[in-house]
This record gives sequence, C-alpha cells and structure tokens, in this order.
Amino acid sequence: MSSNTLNSSGGGGRTGDRVFSGASLFAGCLILAVLFSVAVFLLVQALPTFSADPELVTGGEGFTNYIVPIVIGTVIAASIAILLATPVGIGVALFISHYAPRKLSQGLGYVIDLLAAIPSVVYGAWGYAVLAPELAKIYDTLARTVGWIPIFEGPASQTGKTMLTAGIVLAVMVLPIITSLSREIFLQAPKLHEEAALALGATRWETIRMAVLPFARPGIISAVMLGLGRALGETMAVALVLSSGPLMASLIKSGNQTIAAEIALNFPEAFGLRLSELIAAGLVLFVITLAVNMVARWVISRHKEFSGAN
Amino acid sequence: MSSPTPTLSRTTSSLTKNQLPGYAIWAILAGAVVLGAAASSALGFSIATFAIFAAVFFVLGGWLITSVVEGPRKGRDALATYLMYGAFLVALLPLLSVIWTVLEKGLPGMTHNFLFTSMNGMTGAVDNETVEGGTPVLGGAYHAVIGTLLITLWTTLISVPVGLLTAVYLVEYGEGKALSRAITFFVDVMTGIPSIVAGLFAAALFGMIFGPGTRTGFVAAVALSVLMVPVVVRSTEEMLRIVPNELREASYALGVRKWRTIVKVVIPTAISGIASGVTLAIARVIGETAPILVTAGFASAINWNVFSGWMSTLPTFIYYQILTPTSPTNVDPSVQRAWAAALLLIIMVMLLNLVARLVARLFAPKTGR
Amino acid sequence: MKALRFYRSAALISVAAIALTACGSDNATQTDAGADGSSAAVSSSVSGTLTGIGASSQKAAMEAWKVGFEELNPEAKVQYSPDGSGAGRKAFLSGGSQFAGSDAYLKDEEMEAAKEVCGPDGALNIPAYISPIAVAFNLGDVKELNLDADTIAKIFTSEIKKWNDPVIAKQNEGTELPDTAITVVHRSDESGTTENFVDYLSAAAPKTWTYEVSGDWPADIQSENAKGTSGVIATATATDGAITYADASAVGDLGQVNVKVGEEYVALNSEAAAKAVEVATPVEGRSDLDMSLDLKRDTTESGAYPIVLISYHLYCTAYEDQETVDLVKAFGEYVISEEGQSDAEDSAGNAPISDSLREDARKAIDSIKVAS
Repeated sequence: MSSNTLNSSGGGGRTGDRVFSGASLFAGCLILAVLFSVAVFLLVQALPTFSADPELVTGGEGFTNYIVPIVIGTVIAASIAILLATPVGIGVALFISHYAPRKLSQGLGYVIDLLAAIPSVVYGAWGYAVLAPELAKIYDTLARTVGWIPIFEGPASQTGKTMLTAGIVLAVMVLPIITSLSREIFLQAPKLHEEAALALGATRWETIRMAVLPFARPGIISAVMLGLGRALGETMAVALVLSSGPLMASLIKSGNQTIAAEIALNFPEAFGLRLSELIAAGLVLFVITLAVNMVARWVISRHKEFSGAN
Repeated sequence: MSSPTPTLSRTTSSLTKNQLPGYAIWAILAGAVVLGAAASSALGFSIATFAIFAAVFFVLGGWLITSVVEGPRKGRDALATYLMYGAFLVALLPLLSVIWTVLEKGLPGMTHNFLFTSMNGMTGAVDNETVEGGTPVLGGAYHAVIGTLLITLWTTLISVPVGLLTAVYLVEYGEGKALSRAITFFVDVMTGIPSIVAGLFAAALFGMIFGPGTRTGFVAAVALSVLMVPVVVRSTEEMLRIVPNELREASYALGVRKWRTIVKVVIPTAISGIASGVTLAIARVIGETAPILVTAGFASAINWNVFSGWMSTLPTFIYYQILTPTSPTNVDPSVQRAWAAALLLIIMVMLLNLVARLVARLFAPKTGR
Repeated sequence: MKALRFYRSAALISVAAIALTACGSDNATQTDAGADGSSAAVSSSVSGTLTGIGASSQKAAMEAWKVGFEELNPEAKVQYSPDGSGAGRKAFLSGGSQFAGSDAYLKDEEMEAAKEVCGPDGALNIPAYISPIAVAFNLGDVKELNLDADTIAKIFTSEIKKWNDPVIAKQNEGTELPDTAITVVHRSDESGTTENFVDYLSAAAPKTWTYEVSGDWPADIQSENAKGTSGVIATATATDGAITYADASAVGDLGQVNVKVGEEYVALNSEAAAKAVEVATPVEGRSDLDMSLDLKRDTTESGAYPIVLISYHLYCTAYEDQETVDLVKAFGEYVISEEGQSDAEDSAGNAPISDSLREDARKAIDSIKVAS
C-alpha cells in the first residue's frame, strides 16, 4: 500500500470518488435495465397464451389448469431440495468452520466448492443411472411399511425416477451453494464474541448458538435463497431424472412435473402457441421467485435487530 | 477432549468427574450398530436402512447418556457435535458417489486423442468401426474446451466488474436508498430466471440487433452473464456487509477518501469471500447447458473467435453425446466421451478454484485465523 | 514463503494451461488431409457456409452428410444445430437458417408463412431421412414377439398389465411368457417419434387408442418416461418387463415386436420401412414439386412396416444469390444421392430412400432458383 495517502488524496481523489460512485451506480442501473428487458421479453412472448382460446391450450382447459399442477410440482421439488439441503448444508458449513481440524477444513471446503461445478447434465445422468435404481429398492420398502402416509403411497415406481429422487438430486446440487456461502460467513463471525462466550464457560454448541448463528442469520438466508433459486430454475437434471406425469401426492410414484423441466422438454419441438405457453410458464416461475424473495426479505428484516453485523 | 490421563493411582481425578471416559463413544457406537442391525432386519435387511437406524440410535444414545452423566448442557453440545459430523457424512455420500461415477466412467476416456482433437469429421460410421474393431475411441473435446474457456472468460469479464460494482454501490453508497432496495430485490429475482429463459432472451436480443439466427460465443457469454451477475452481486454484497465498520471509520479518520477506503481496505478484507463467491458463480455458469444450446449453435470443429461462428462448450458436448450419440447403434464411444468431458470440466473448475484461492490469499490481509 | 508457494502453483497452472491449449487439431479421424484432392475435382466447386437448424433425430445422419459433402466440396461448409424440429422450423421461417430439418412437413399455415422469407413459391419439403420406429421390450431371453395394433395399443394404455396375458399368449404360441408386470416407458419430451408412433396407434387401432395425435404423450396415461431416444432405451434396458418405442437404430439388445399388417406379422427392416414410404400418399393441395407425404398407417400392403418416421429437409424455392442456390442445390442433391443415403445409413442406421423417391426429390431440388 502507498504510504503517502494523505498527500495524494487532494483534488484527484475527489474525481476518483465521483468516478467510482458513478461507475457503481451505473452498474446497479444496468442490472435493473437488463432485468426489465428480460421481463418485457417474457411478457411480450407470453402474451398470446393469455388471450388464446382455452381449448387450444395444452390440456384443452385453459392456461390456469395447465400451469397450476406444474407450479405445485415445482414447489414440491424445490421444497424437498431445500428441506434436505439447508440443515445438512449449514451443518457441513459449521463442521468445516468450527469442528473439523484446521488442516482438514481447507481441503474440505475446496472439495465442496468443486461440487458446485459439476454440470447439471452430469447430475442428471448420475441421478438416473446410479441414484434412481438404488432408491427404487428403498421406495419399495417404504411403500410396504409406511404406505398409509399419502406421500409414500404405493405401488412404488419400478425405475425409481420419482419426485423424491429429483428432489434429492436437486438437494445435492444446491448443497455446495449453501455450504460454501454459509462457511464464509461463519468464518467472518467476530472472534471476540466467540472467545467471550467460551470464557464464560459456554460449550462449543452454545458459543455457536449465541455468537455465530445470530451474526450469520441474514447471510444464511441469502445462501438458502440462492440455493432455492437454483432449485426452482434447474432444468436439465430434473428433465433427465424425473419420470413426469400428472400431479399426485405420492412422491415415490412416477408423476408430477416442474416448470423448468417442462420448458426444457418441450421447447425444442414447440411452435406458435405452444412456444408462448412455455414462455408464459417461465414468466410464472419468475413470479414465484419474486414472491419467495419478498418473503425472505421480510424474514430478514424482522430479524435484523438480532443481527451482530455492524 | 475427554481422554482420561493415566494416573498412578486409580482414584478418579476431580477434574474428570462427571465426564464420560474415552471409550464410552465406542461403546455407544457398538450398541447402536447392534440395535440398528436388529431394527433393520425386522423390516427386511438392507444396507441403507441399517445405516440409517444405526446412525439414529448412535445420536440418540450419545445424547441421552451424555445428558445423564455430564448434564443437559454437555448433552446438547454432544448432540450438536454428532449432528455436525453426521451432516458432513450425509453430504459426503452423494458427493463421493458422483465423483466416483465420473472418475470410473471418465478416466478410460482421458486419452491424448480426446484432449487434443476435435469432433471434426467424426461420424457414426467411425464409431461403428471403432466398436467392431476394438480400436481406441477417436474424436475429442478440444473444440469444446476452447469454447468453454473463451465463453467463460467473456462471461467473467462482463459479470465480475458489473457485479462487484453493484455490490459496492449497494453496501457503500446506496444504504437505505430506494434504488438500492430495488436493486437488491431484483437481483434476488434474477437468481430465479430459468437458465433457458436467459438464453432465449440473449438470442432474441442479438437477433433483433444483428439479424435473425445470430449465434456466436459472445451471445452465449451475454446469456450466461444474465445468470452470473446476480450470484456475484449476492455473494459479494454479503461479504462486503460483514466487513467491520470500525475498519472503514479508522480509514476515514486517517483522511482517506471513500473510494480508496473501498479499494484498499474494504475489498481486500473481504477478498477471500469475494473470490470464493466469484468462483462459485463461474462454476455455476460453466456447467450451464440450456442457454448455450440456443445461443452458440453446434460446432464440431475448433473455433477461436467468440464474435463469429458457432461454438461448442463442454456441457453441450456432454449433452449431445449423451442424448443424441454420434452413432445411435453403438453408443459406448459417445458415452465414454461424455463422461471424460465431465471429468475434464471438473478438473478445469478445480484449477480455477485453486487460482481464485491463491489470488485471495495473496491479497487478503492477515487475520486472526 | 507464501509468495514462493503462490508463484510455484501459478507457474504449474500456467504450464498446464499452455500445454492444454497449445496444440489441438481438427483432424479427429487421423486421415491424411489433402490426399482426397482427386474426388474434390469431381463435384462442381461450390463455396460458402450453409446453416441448418432442426430435428435432433437427423443429427447422426447429418454428421455423416456434413463430412461427406465437405469432402466433395472442400470450399464449402455445412453447420447444423440439432435444436429440435420446432426450433428448426421457427428459425427457417424467420430467416435464421437456410434450411431446416423437421420430423413433420410444414403445415398449410406454415407454408403460407414461408412465402415471406422464400418468395411467392414458398418452401419445399424433401424427405431425406427415413427411420423405422421399433416397439422394443426387455423380457430376458424373449427377443421377438408377434403383436397386432390393438394389442400394442392396449399395452401402452395399460389395459394389458402382465406379459403372460392371454391376448399376448394367443399371438405367440410356443413362446414362454413370464408373469412379469409390464412397465410402459415413453418419451417425456415432445418428439416426432412419439407423434408417428401415436399416429400409427390411432389409425390402426382406433377403438382402443382414442387420444389426440401429437408429439406429446397423452397426459391421461400415467407411465414411466425418459428424455430422448437414449433415455427411453436406457430406462427400458434397466427395467425388467419394460416396453417402449424408439428409432430402430438405437434399440440395441432389446427385443423387438413384429407388427401385424394385413394377415401377417412384419419384422422391422429397411425394405419393409421403404415399402411403407412407397405406399404413402402425397399431401393434397401442394405444388407438384413438393414432397410432403402422408403415411398410410393402416395399410394392408404385404411386407410393409407401418411405424415409420419420415424426417424432411425444408428448403426455400428461391434464394437471394447464385452462390447460395448452388450451395443448397449441391448439398440437397448430395443428401438424397445414393452415396449420401448410404453414408447416412452407415452412421445413423436409418433406412435409405427408394429410387423413385430419389427421382422426385432430385426434380424438386433442381427447381431451386435465384429470387427474381
């Protein structure tokens, strides 16, 4: 670093300030502009669907009847993924930041980061070639033993390519995102708070609960949101793993469909109205993400007073 | 932490009173394994149910016994510890399985041919001959490696400055302003754009400007940027926010200008997190398939120019090799190329990750950790 | 120390990067480039880049055509993106590509739309790729089954649930049928294969198959599915008792159904498929040169295999300049030529088009001209 900061920060510094703040403002506005044009693009392309004759829309009963089942399917898949990945992801992040031996944790973090890089096609291929056949056996047991629970209702799929499998594959895919961001945040937790807690005789878990987690909460929610974004929008893995079909409660029978997979599967052959329908489905996914994010923002703002940051 | 030190006399030390001896954990484990085996054979034995039952019994047993002997606080601590280790093991299982699958299927395909030739001139007939004659698989992913590197490079060149500056605006300049709230909110929304929509958007945008059917590597880079910017903003913003305000105030107190404070104090403090976030973002887009399919076309020959001509990337290479094999009759060579390409992609990201870490370490100030 | 380690790693990585990027080659098949100069002189020398977008079913054949054509015309280049028929038709009609590959001929309204980019005479549908669709099953040692259309329809609607069902057994005396449950596997993506298969069922078994004909599998029938031909084949191969439909070239070790046509059961082969195409009728109301074909799925013609996919190449009747016209003509003629068809057969395992079809197609391609 330069040692003559005081001298050099005269008039030139002011221009620097202006340029820098201007550039960052411009970048922010650019993002808004891009997002606005994406939204306009989606709306214009989707418009014919909403004015179309309900008979002509896929399923023959209007767009609402077409989209609602796959919206629910999308929500189910993303929920399974987030429910599985969040506790495990935070656990792994805490393990790496606070439990694992220091030498090991660096390498572990590295391995986890790496997994975010595996392309979704590979996850998909792994899901249907390796995971699904394994799970098919477990589904069979589940259907026999706890089949009275609606989500485990039999007869289980022979191929194992079900909603639960898709949710597990998605969970594996979002796990690195959640882990990697939460870990960075845990590592940044104020050391003094932790040491104070330890000095007061707190156990390791109590230290984490009192000094680390409150500090990291907004960051964790951000990480989960990023993971959720990926789970909602994931196309190729779901398209390859899920044996899609109409909406149903059982997670171990083939059935259900997600928006992103529906788009990916039908887009290549889509033409005219069908194309608009698929883009409209994309728009709906967009709106879902919007809603989810609003909820998350609200949650974060409610917990702000507990945050240890700043 | 509870290993009993061997003492000369057999009297228990007062310091280790109410502490479980070191072998206790192994005893609990053994008990859990036996109970797990019993419970799972009641349901029809399988490795999976056995492992699940054993793990559940171990965690519960460890928690209860520690609670009784060492008190409820220590019990909860033990429970948390077991759960952390458990989470790690649970996470490791699928991840190891993925890596193992890729290694097992990808390593045989990592030949010199695969690394240094393209798919130019490859037809199903060549693959049929290969299978019938038992000769090594021809054709490779060189063109896709070049495509991946160039497109990712351009995506990064677009996304990182935009994302970083936006995050700086959000944290340092826009605090509390309506614009900043709007940006944060819409960045979140952007993370939910399905990747294919980003591709369609970029294709439509360039189609409007340069005429229909414009497909180049740069169009793909723009599409990927739409996906990458929000990830960069989001992670960078988080990292900048947790830089202690004391550091900024100390810098201002020394009379340093705001932009120099940001460049010299705030960003270096957070650089490790930022680098990790950027790497994650690159990793996210480098594996994207759908947007590339509609923006970059389909090439089987090497193309160094992002601004003209079609390009392939490793993910699209994998996608086409798996879903529409070069020879429909003999899919094995295509499958082998696909998995080798997946392995190659992972290795590339690994190297990238390493570079990011080194960069971060070089610039980061010394910390207490 | 820290710096030293950094530089060492950085050096290692850059060396690796340079090694990886320095010396790649486009010569994947290890042929001696330029040795084929003699054959290049045979063809008229056309040049330029021909861009096509369309059906992924043609990908393997297109790769063979691309290689064969570029060998004959070293100055010319062909690029084809297998995005799908719908995407191909869309790009073609908006002027985004010079030709398209499509699993279905252009509909009447699309023919109208084509006049905007192609001039007053619109577009041409040329059949280029014929692929018989096999009904394939995974049933241990049983590699052949005789089934009529009605039985196939009942199996795919899950009306028949077991492989030893009396209806199946009656048609296959002497074959030992296991008591395995039938798992139906269909394509999850919209596809020309599904459309042609469903078209066959609805024409040949109209009583059992009452669903609409489209590229999407009927949503009312709940069964297993997978993406793409390779996906359904992989799923069927891994599932005991599975039955599916797929392009014949990809079926591999699965058993195949002999389909009942008239009074006999017809096994799938190139001649049987070509015969079915021969008895197809041209679509009404189109110019004499256009070659859109309607297959007769319920044909009783002896020895014809009716479940066939015809994939078309779509060309404009007129292009902007002479260079493009020459290029398109040269490519189109190569594709339908005996050589082009046999190249594709070697690579993709499809059925070649018949000589009479070739004559008509040649006439149509010859008519392509410069826009006035």
